Amino acid sequence: MASSTLEIKDLHVEIEGQEILKGVNLTITGGEFHAVMGPNGTGKSTLASAIMGHPKYEVTKGEVLLDGENVLEMEVDERAQAGLFLAMQYPSEISGVTTSDFLRSSINAHREEGDEISLMKFIKEMDEALDYLEIDKNMAQRYLNEGFSGGEKKRNEILQLMMLKPAISILDEIDSGLDIDALKVVSKGINKLRDESFGCLIITHYQRLLDYITPDKVHVMMNGRVVKSGGPELAKRLEAEGYDWIKQELGIEDETVEQKA
Amino acid sequence: MTVETKLPYDQDYVRSFSENKKEPEWMKELRLQALDLAEGLEMPKPDKTSIKRWNFDDFKHDVDGEMINSLNEVPEDIQVFLDMENHNDNLVIQRNQSIAYKSLASGLSEKGVILTDIQTALQEHSDLVQRYYMKDAVQIDENKLTALHTALMNGGVFVYVPKNVQIEEPLQAIFWQEDPEAATFNHVIVVAESNSSLTYVENYFSQNKEEHAVANIVTEVIAHDNAKINFGSVDNFAAGTTVYVNRRGVAYRDANIEWNLGQMNDGNTVSENVTHLIGDNSNSYAKTVSVGRGKQSQNYTAKIVHFGKQSEGFILQHGVMKESASTIFNGIGKIEHGATKSNAEQESRVLMLSKDARGDANPILLIDEDDVTAGHAASVGRVDPVQLYYLMSRGISQQEAERLIIHGFLAPVVKEIPIKAVREQLTEVIERKVY
Repeated sequence: MASSTLEIKDLHVEIEGQEILKGVNLTITGGEFHAVMGPNGTGKSTLASAIMGHPKYEVTKGEVLLDGENVLEMEVDERAQAGLFLAMQYPSEISGVTTSDFLRSSINAHREEGDEISLMKFIKEMDEALDYLEIDKNMAQRYLNEGFSGGEKKRNEILQLMMLKPAISILDEIDSGLDIDALKVVSKGINKLRDESFGCLIITHYQRLLDYITPDKVHVMMNGRVVKSGGPELAKRLEAEGYDWIKQELGIEDETVEQKA
Repeated sequence: MTVETKLPYDQDYVRSFSENKKEPEWMKELRLQALDLAEGLEMPKPDKTSIKRWNFDDFKHDVDGEMINSLNEVPEDIQVFLDMENHNDNLVIQRNQSIAYKSLASGLSEKGVILTDIQTALQEHSDLVQRYYMKDAVQIDENKLTALHTALMNGGVFVYVPKNVQIEEPLQAIFWQEDPEAATFNHVIVVAESNSSLTYVENYFSQNKEEHAVANIVTEVIAHDNAKINFGSVDNFAAGTTVYVNRRGVAYRDANIEWNLGQMNDGNTVSENVTHLIGDNSNSYAKTVSVGRGKQSQNYTAKIVHFGKQSEGFILQHGVMKESASTIFNGIGKIEHGATKSNAEQESRVLMLSKDARGDANPILLIDEDDVTAGHAASVGRVDPVQLYYLMSRGISQQEAERLIIHGFLAPVVKEIPIKAVREQLTEVIERKVY
């Protein structure tokens, strides 16, 4: 499969009338892993949600293109079908719908009518992915995210990622709330997908995740913009020295644009 | 303001209707008495729903239907309700107001079990029918519609299970309103004698989207000491039929009545499902699922009245409202003085899918005894746009996402239904109504 390109150009986003993103520029191509870092409240999660089409976020200016197609004009399901995926920080709980039924509907949504995945093939693929992520098989029959622990929810997001095999994936703080063992398992799942046809945007404010998933490029967000970009060495320096040196360098006093979560 | 409504049928009509059917004298007298009463009685007044403009007058009362020789002759939409592979031996199909098909396993008839249409029951078991007809459960003079029902009854079934007879397989009745204007004034009686048990499943079906018709149904379910009745129903009247359905249960000592009602009508509907827990240690579990769509207005009452000591009642209703449908769910737990150690619980949940849909849940507990326990839970809400976003972010269309959410919302009730046939029918009908 050919690799895809996601271009974010001068993206401005508001939530309830307050501007959060003030002109973000980023380009991700298949085969590349990018990390977006930054302290809390600098617009990282807003970037992820706005690209996917969360109902609360309003894009006021700029473009998001996937292989030249305008993503912002697509419905949420069309964005997914075009090849985008967002592993969410706070996935919804859907009562009465089993994880397995949801996964199968999702896979079939990416296929033509009449070409639905066979039940046998689906179960085989799901079981393999469950084993790979060291998830209890009972989870498939539990209602989607209902009563899941924080760690279970994160693993479930990666399970979906592995089964849907998108062209470009955004991981929104997939490491938050994970213990070190869970973090290793989740990283193993993401690394398994690494090839020329898969691009990934990893949002995190800890360097920790990047010990297990090596990024090709690292970007720092402050004040709703990307203020610095570099290679993996940038993440190392942030781990050692924190963010203050960037603030000093750029003359930023308060880097936040939204209330801290 | 009182409106003088002229009844559409008079004494002469009712008398000759009864005589033509060669009904027993008591039935003819009861009909005439009821017609007299109907004139002076009020319409039922369901809480928070006005039925003043609903059609209760425009229908054809006397419409025959032809016999069928094989179940393959019924329309596909009805075959959904039949197990076409393993034929149910215990089945009555009513077509308009005539019996079209009837069968009962020989083993059951030898034990004295009765499953037959109401007219045959009046001919062959007149005393037994008279013993239960509008006696212990529903009263003739409750309102104008119960009186009219009695006067104009034109179909239904009679189910009787003698003492100590336990029946595993379901007894089933299908009521097929084939003529688009045919009225369904059905009377259903289900009696389980002491220490007996049975499962009864019924389905109502019509296709009149434009033509007007009326269904005025009374169902009386009697569980004698230590009897167990599992009652399942999937109602599927089309938009043109106005429905009044009164399903009443009476449970004596140690008896159990379980209701599993799929209220899937497309027309205006008033449904009363009331159970009287007369005996000590009797119990009832009333489950309802409903999907409203189009412009229909519906009013459901689930009520359990505790008279016996240590009686247990549980009401569980879940409804989904689409488009501009509106539905009121009333849940009433009533504990009479002396019903010590009784427990009345209820849960009602309504989910609205569109901005024009309306739903309301009214939990009511009426308690006249100190030494009891009771509880209620109710919620009314709209589909969460963030849930839809989550599902759609995996490529699922909005329609499919709503379908998943609806099935998920109704699942806690559907999966509680112990009768497999009803569970499957319901899932199928929900599927059809969701799109």
